[in-house]
Amino acid sequence: MMLEALNLFKTFNPGTANANTALQGASLTLKEGDFVTVIGGNGAGKSTLLNAVAGVFPVDAGSIVIDGLDVTALPEHRRAQWLGRVFQDPMMGTASKMLIYENLSLAARRGQKRTLRWAFPKDELNSYRELLASLGLGLEDRLATRVGLLSGGQRQALTLIMATLKRPKLLLLDEHTAALDPKTAQKVLEITDKIISENSLTTMMVTHNMRDAIRHGNRLVMMDGGRVILDISGEEKQKLTVDSLLERFFTAGGEEMPSDRMILS
Amino acid sequence: MSAVILNAVSLGLLWAVMTAGVFISYRVLGMADLSAEGTITLGASVAARLMTLESGAVNPYLATLLAMLAGMLAGAVTGLLHTKLKIPALLAGILVMTALYSVNIRIMGKATISLLRMDTIFSLAAEATGLEQRLVVLIAGALITALVLWLLYIFFGTELGSAIRATGNNDKMIRALGMNTDTAIVLGLMISNGLISLAGALIAQNQSFSDIQMGIGSIVIGLASLIIGEVLFGKRTFGIRLVAIAFGAVIYRIIIAFVIELGMEPTDLRLFTAITVAIALSLPLLKKKICKKFGRYPVTEEDLK
Repeated sequence: MMLEALNLFKTFNPGTANANTALQGASLTLKEGDFVTVIGGNGAGKSTLLNAVAGVFPVDAGSIVIDGLDVTALPEHRRAQWLGRVFQDPMMGTASKMLIYENLSLAARRGQKRTLRWAFPKDELNSYRELLASLGLGLEDRLATRVGLLSGGQRQALTLIMATLKRPKLLLLDEHTAALDPKTAQKVLEITDKIISENSLTTMMVTHNMRDAIRHGNRLVMMDGGRVILDISGEEKQKLTVDSLLERFFTAGGEEMPSDRMILS
Repeated sequence: MSAVILNAVSLGLLWAVMTAGVFISYRVLGMADLSAEGTITLGASVAARLMTLESGAVNPYLATLLAMLAGMLAGAVTGLLHTKLKIPALLAGILVMTALYSVNIRIMGKATISLLRMDTIFSLAAEATGLEQRLVVLIAGALITALVLWLLYIFFGTELGSAIRATGNNDKMIRALGMNTDTAIVLGLMISNGLISLAGALIAQNQSFSDIQMGIGSIVIGLASLIIGEVLFGKRTFGIRLVAIAFGAVIYRIIIAFVIELGMEPTDLRLFTAITVAIALSLPLLKKKICKKFGRYPVTEEDLK
């Protein structure tokens, strides 16, 4: 198993008026090569589950095992060696004041000890150029451009490249197209599919878009109230439609209606 | 007049080392680290005390080096207060600055140490080369500044150095890439305060005394120098930004020498400097407002950084 997240519990601000129980026994297990899409209404706990796996905060109970190694107690920066991450906010995944090649160099050393070796050797920069050319966004000629000058879509595409530059055991995508316009979102999703299949990456993609969740990946997981309530894979997943998915949501005991945005998009 | 300019340039070159320290905390890490006001005096105090020890004066070169190490230690304290104890950066700096006042008096044993007729790195270099001391300060200042900026350029181009730069830019991102951002911040503040302390030691040797008050206002002087450099040279590449530090610090000193020649009271200088910095820091926002009013040139987020 590439990921075994078992019985996770998390309450934010416990004991205060703002106490918020985000995970209530959520479990998710991914086989090597699985590409699971995670869907659910607002507050269902899907981003919390992803961030718990990434180690952004410690969980209250439960265990997280990545490729056989228990990482439950490890801080975020120690887990990074196994995880590639792309965030919802395009600003979040890159250093805006640094150049494209500087960002790539930082990502190429994900999880490694940062030494006093020069970080930007020539041959490495040439390999970045080839890699960016494969995106078809024209970024290969702009290696020395500040990332802050790129569009949101370009930044997400760059973040995807960065997250997978050093092959991760698990790729975590947290609504990474939600902040983009529909056309750009489509393009970024295409690139996502391409990178995942070319590298046969184990992937967890959180999305609020039912169509995207149905169209991509080999598994679909629906969350509600901090738990996984549906797990659909294989042929069954291929036959899914938005209507049949909604129906299954209610028969599975989903209480909170998925948001309008989720149904309409 | 030329002697005044020569002096201003020499002093500017020594302060460039301090400005480089401010650059690391303020621009690279994005933190306003006020411990600088204490560490510049710390450097002066450590060097002055060691060079005037009753039990045998320490070699000025060694004393200067130890002064730098003391500053790095103080920077580590600020960094640990901020990262491990979660004290806001501004407050952590103020705490260290305040504590250093007592520490510096302890180190010196009094409020002022005179270095007149003592060996300093400048007098030793003057003896060795046979040059006039004023000229030695100029050359040594230029060499030290060049060396410091060159080393910084190399360091911030390494894997570790570029990760420290990324920490100041987007800490969430570099954590996701496996860097311990607490370590990065502590290291950055150590380098920053080490340089500021080194500058303190050099300045004390140049002015032939160390004084408990000499740090007051130094952070604003550093900021003013930094911003003058940025306005004149821009922020295109890391190398250009480093070169801008040296020129900014020198030009600041020339401006100060000029306004004093014009008859400004030396005690009014800090007011003058503070106003200059306030205006310079608000320029991007003013530019945005003016553009909005006249509907021209929208300013991008980048300009505000």
